Amino acid sequence: MSSDGCGAPAGGVSVSAAAGTQAVVEGRVVHEGTPVSTGYARLLGSGDEFVAEVPLGDDGGFRFFAAPGSWTLRVLAPGGLRAERTVEADYGHVTKVDVSL
Amino acid sequence: MSRSDVLVDADWAEAHIGAPGVVIVEVDEDTSAYDKGHIPTAIKIDWKKDLQDPVRRDFVDKTGFEALLSERGISNDDTVLLYGGNNNWFAAYAYWYFRLYGHDKTLLLDGGRKKWELDSRELSTEVPERPKTSYVAKDQDSSLRALRDEVLAAIGKRNLVDVRSPDEFSGRLLAPAHLPQEQAQRGGHIPTAKNVPWSKAANEDGTFRSDDELTELYRDEAGLDFGKDTIAYCRIGERSAHTWFVLHELLGQPNVKNYDGSWTEYGSLVGVPIELGDGR
Repeated sequence: MSSDGCGAPAGGVSVSAAAGTQAVVEGRVVHEGTPVSTGYARLLGSGDEFVAEVPLGDDGGFRFFAAPGSWTLRVLAPGGLRAERTVEADYGHVTKVDVSL
Repeated sequence: MSRSDVLVDADWAEAHIGAPGVVIVEVDEDTSAYDKGHIPTAIKIDWKKDLQDPVRRDFVDKTGFEALLSERGISNDDTVLLYGGNNNWFAAYAYWYFRLYGHDKTLLLDGGRKKWELDSRELSTEVPERPKTSYVAKDQDSSLRALRDEVLAAIGKRNLVDVRSPDEFSGRLLAPAHLPQEQAQRGGHIPTAKNVPWSKAANEDGTFRSDDELTELYRDEAGLDFGKDTIAYCRIGERSAHTWFVLHELLGQPNVKNYDGSWTEYGSLVGVPIELGDGR
């Protein structure tokens, strides 16, 4: 993925990378057992503040590089499908969040 | 200039697929989205490969812009409808850029690619062929673009709007949270800048909020003085193009510039003032 742009990583993301020094939040979105490849995952901070959003990958995957703390993950997909989860992130950890719509 | 002159909805776009004199253009940083499926008849522009100079940190010059549009089959008389992913960040950047080079008949699709996808509208993988043109651009309109010295001189005098997320503004993050946090520059923001994240101007589906809501957001809540000139910035200038679009094109504020050097330039300058901490 490009590290000097702000865009989406190529073709969504393929879960999973080592966390290294990053605070990674990643997972996969499924609907009735099938990966949701058209849809969006957004990360919200305190007070529902928008932090980032990525399109889901072909495998329904998403990944964020957050900071330590508590975040809200919201998933949007066609047909009005949506879900929300609270996640904790920390440096050096990959927090896995799989979402079933 | 009003909202209906610059912004169209998905129904309008759908009705103008294949219409003579209308060119639909998807603009992304990562064009694999286009390759997976795009609005039928849309061509693509790659934010980095097509719009940025390959060597210097700058965008392509007038000759380069003319060559790009000629090669893509866009003529001076065409209406260009721009849309893209990331809530139209890069499409808004391209819109600003088309305006810089004097292409007046430029429109933005409200909600961009996301709204189109969430509506389950048709996507095509067919790549259209357009005959080449001989596009002639105007000289860059410097009233729309701020460079670093102008930004430094504007501290405490003009409205500075930092449109990054509160965590980037405060210095806790150096980049949006879907990117690795590995940049070398300092964190923080330009002193006296107000933090109005671009996302506050958009609804969840990527469409823009109403003019009344936007006026309340910038003037009443953030305290922007609409009687003063304004410079918007973010990290690389594309989210602030989104806010430039809101202030200049939707709300009709007369003197709004986008600082495309943004934080990746400012936060790497030696000796300039930086403020830390949350917005007020």
